[in-house]
Amino acid sequence: MRIGVFICHCGENIGRTVDCPSVAKACANFSGVVHAEDYKYMCSDPGQNLIKQAIKEKNLDAVVVGSCSPHMHEKTFRKACSDAGINPYLVEMANLREHCSWIHDDVPLATKKAIDLVRMLVEKVKFNEPLIPIRVPVTKRALVIGGGISGIQASLDIANAGYEVVLVEKEPSIGGHMSQLSETFPTLDCSQCILTPRMVEVYQHPRIKLMSYSEVENVEGFIGNFSVTIRKKARSVKDELCTGCGLCVQKCPIKKVALSDFDEGLATRPAMYVPFPQAVPNIPVIDRSVCTYFKTGKCQLCKKVCGREAIDFEQQDQFIKEDVGAIIVATGYKLYTIDKKPDDNPIKGYGEYGYGKYKNVINGLQFERIASASGPSSGEMIRPSDKTVPKKIVFIQCVGSRDESKGFSYCSKICCMYTAKHAMLYKHKVHDGEAYVFYMDIRAGGKNYDEFVRRAIEEDGVKYIRGRVSKIFEENGKLIVKGEDTIAGVRVEIDADMVVLATAMTAQSDSSKLAQTLSVSYDKYGFINEAHPKLKPVETSTGGIFIAGACNAPRDIPDSVSMASAAAAKALVLFGSDVLEREPVVAKVNEATCAGCFYCQKVCAYNAVEQKEIKDRQGNVIKVVAYVNSGLCQGCGTCNATCPSKSIELLGFKDDQIYAQINSFAEVF
Amino acid sequence: MNFGYYPGCSLSGTAKEFNLSLKEVLKNLDTDLQEINDWCCCGASSAHSASHLLAIALPARNLMLAKEQGMTEVVAPCAACFNRLKVSQHELKTDEHIRIKTEELLETKYSDGLEVLNLISLFQKIGLDKIKSHNKIDISHLNVACYYGCLLLRPYDILKFDDPEKPTLMEEVVKATGAKPVDWNFKVECCGAAHSIAHTEIVENLSMKILDDAVHHKADVIVVACPMCHSNLDMRQKNIIKHNPGRMEIPILYLSQLIGLSMGLNHKKLGLDLHFIDTAPLIASLIEKEVAV
Amino acid sequence: MENNHVHPTIQKIINLTNQDPANCYQCGKCSAGCPIRDYFDDAPNRVIRFVQLGMYDRALKSKAIWLCAGCQTCSSRCPQNFEPAKFMDALREIAAEEGVTPSDKNVQKFHKAFLNQIRNNGRSFELGLIRDYKLATGKLFQDIDAAPTAILKGKIGFTPHKIKDTKKIKSIIDKAVKGNTK
Repeated sequence: MRIGVFICHCGENIGRTVDCPSVAKACANFSGVVHAEDYKYMCSDPGQNLIKQAIKEKNLDAVVVGSCSPHMHEKTFRKACSDAGINPYLVEMANLREHCSWIHDDVPLATKKAIDLVRMLVEKVKFNEPLIPIRVPVTKRALVIGGGISGIQASLDIANAGYEVVLVEKEPSIGGHMSQLSETFPTLDCSQCILTPRMVEVYQHPRIKLMSYSEVENVEGFIGNFSVTIRKKARSVKDELCTGCGLCVQKCPIKKVALSDFDEGLATRPAMYVPFPQAVPNIPVIDRSVCTYFKTGKCQLCKKVCGREAIDFEQQDQFIKEDVGAIIVATGYKLYTIDKKPDDNPIKGYGEYGYGKYKNVINGLQFERIASASGPSSGEMIRPSDKTVPKKIVFIQCVGSRDESKGFSYCSKICCMYTAKHAMLYKHKVHDGEAYVFYMDIRAGGKNYDEFVRRAIEEDGVKYIRGRVSKIFEENGKLIVKGEDTIAGVRVEIDADMVVLATAMTAQSDSSKLAQTLSVSYDKYGFINEAHPKLKPVETSTGGIFIAGACNAPRDIPDSVSMASAAAAKALVLFGSDVLEREPVVAKVNEATCAGCFYCQKVCAYNAVEQKEIKDRQGNVIKVVAYVNSGLCQGCGTCNATCPSKSIELLGFKDDQIYAQINSFAEVF
Repeated sequence: MNFGYYPGCSLSGTAKEFNLSLKEVLKNLDTDLQEINDWCCCGASSAHSASHLLAIALPARNLMLAKEQGMTEVVAPCAACFNRLKVSQHELKTDEHIRIKTEELLETKYSDGLEVLNLISLFQKIGLDKIKSHNKIDISHLNVACYYGCLLLRPYDILKFDDPEKPTLMEEVVKATGAKPVDWNFKVECCGAAHSIAHTEIVENLSMKILDDAVHHKADVIVVACPMCHSNLDMRQKNIIKHNPGRMEIPILYLSQLIGLSMGLNHKKLGLDLHFIDTAPLIASLIEKEVAV
Repeated sequence: MENNHVHPTIQKIINLTNQDPANCYQCGKCSAGCPIRDYFDDAPNRVIRFVQLGMYDRALKSKAIWLCAGCQTCSSRCPQNFEPAKFMDALREIAAEEGVTPSDKNVQKFHKAFLNQIRNNGRSFELGLIRDYKLATGKLFQDIDAAPTAILKGKIGFTPHKIKDTKKIKSIIDKAVKGNTK
């Protein structure tokens, strides 16, 4: 083998502590090395040209570059050599910067170490084999899980770019929490007015396959090649026949039994229902737990009035398989539940606020429903207990957030803004009403956000009290709120008609289960983790799976929409090529020596080891051996370390390569 | 059933009727109490006001004595004693620093493993069904306000007894006697505690609020599980009414006394004549409704 | 609690309570729920703030630390798992140790009288307690109206119950209690 060695000064970074010319001189004498030189900046164009020239002139087979960390420039040098005709995996880098010049002061000793480091790699590269990058095909379809504003945005972006999207939403309608809101901050736009056009666009889009009332059951495969099983839950209605006329919903006799989830428990809905009038798709669902037919076999009124014979009581859940190349998780959030929890759950609830006990203590989403024109009171500001107009409302922020003891330690980001919004909406509707907000801090860092909160105080007369509430109890129909103003240092007691709690934003209850199905990492709260908090906000630990919106952390609508478009862009990058090239540094099984113990399978964190049958010519199975799916393998080497018979090796880091490195160093002693 | 017994200082003195009624009721429920030999005061509020170490050491001495004397479960009917014993137990278990200092002070090694029970847990262990089965007097006309006070429930992380904001365990015992617990707002509000002597005006103020709220919610009687609370609500009630006229008297009963009433036990033996607020009207209402169940 | 350069008073508080006053984020929930707050000169969160700002004298001279009833309402509701009640105890102890005159004499005299009884008898003795307290405060006629009833009903003993090991109790109290609470 004809090896070329190139030592980089990296300006002063290496050159100050390592005598590079001496290193190059010493390396020229190594066996196998036919060319050795040093240069100030190897990664620069002239530097790279030096390498290319040497490869041509000296007919080099392999190259060792002594410079910075491979994290920095492995790609650079591999490409340069590849351009000059050498297989990129016959190029090795000795880290003379992070591993040598940056951590030592003594020049002679550092120089000697640098020589040792380069020699080790020269010995390794003698055992390197040319490797070909693995090419996997890419299915140019996307799966978006969650049909809230984030999921809708991502779906539209990908579909408009020309690719098919499967949008899975577990509720009967898309729209998410944004469809429950009355108005959005800081513009006070009517939420449904800005959302529903998008919802309709999704429904009508030729490239979006909307699967509502469905959930993701199982995901197999890897980036570019996912195979997803989706459970399409039984609506008891044939959606291809239903026109959304709504007659069945009108006629359903079970009207007062079930609480409406959409109205956050403030109103009832029939057993046969559409969650809200602007639902997309406008196809009803039968709640089998309260429907008379499913309980007693009688009724069937809906079937009788349906002009299209679309009611199907025998309908079962269907399992549908979809092949996609990228997955975007946009499952959104739920609000912290305030009630007594079992002892083993660290969240013990806020019993002192009386939520659940006093009807007029409600949470933020419930307030939205009261304020909303499509809500249970048609937008009239009335309180749940006696439907009278509250003259004094108290809003309490940070219920469950920033709370080590009974809640979550994080800040839920949106509550300061939506509380100001709620107070303003209340004042706009009840001019002589009094609104009080108990806060610890005001977090209004977005564009026009702080001005919005000031507007609530300065124009709408909302009274902000800096301090917390210790207890609420009910007396004579009024809620006695016992709080404190820490700025004045006085007790503040308010006899309110209604109290609104700004509860913490948290991950969906099944979010950890979904994360496990997808094999993505999640944190202790159930939020799905981004790959890097600063530089990779929409990618996850698993290639090909992206995230958007509140499923990752508490987030408002503008940021969720931005994130959704970003995630869509990442998916489109994936779809930009027909094949995906993966690093060939993967594990490989020697099927002759493999005993089929499958310890490697047990330790593989990426489910990359499969079982393969070895058959004789008659088709009889002789033995079952391990087989590595190079598409999934991440090259961690755990299987290599575990295998008792040394039958599995990591290409590019085989035993003989590593031993060569070690021996070359040991020889010094 | 057999339990170790830590009466605490009040039960031997001003809370005599608590001790009497408890012993009388348990006698009829086949339960024996074995008093810890040579127990000392738990320190109450004064110890933890003067020295953290003292506040841990005094109860520790009693825990150690109980263990030495072969007990596994100890009942401390006074809520304050219960609280101090549990806190001491907890700190000795989790804070090595304080454990070493305490062992030095007491010249004995401490080992964990004793279960400390309060009045309500005791009745839970005996079994609410057993109490129900001993019902001889119909007291279903009695509206009972269960007053938990502070130290029975807080801090939850150490006591792990009942929800400190919405407790229900005393109500369950009251239901087992046949009486009707009412829902009211001041279940867990402080009565003023140890300020009874040094700042009586604080106690009168806070206890007045409790009495008023109970009456407002139509309670006929307030049931307590703590001698300090009893003293503040009972002994001080006369003055509260004197300083804030226009209020009716409301009798204050210990939980053990209520149970004893439902069991048809002798009123004197339950110490019901030892209260400041007259219990005679309450008892009179019962005799009329005596029903053999 | 990994702070270097901690002021000795803060360190004392940390040692006594196992918590760092810096953790309190001054939300005021403790003050909002404190039943005795109206009698304090400074609200509980304010006392903690004084300590956070290094105004130890101000904190040790406040009435709050003596009037705190130890009802634990604050500790059970604090979102930061801080325990203001324990903090008050610690300040009381430090005040005694540093010889700060208590801003509320009654409470301190009560505790002294109480502990004195325990020191002598091993258990509380009401008559002795009340006698010592009245002598210390000069409030000779306090509760004089309750006395007859209490005595008639046999609730006040005339002689203390003395335990056997009073010597041990004496030594425990003498060793554990510092300063002017003795």
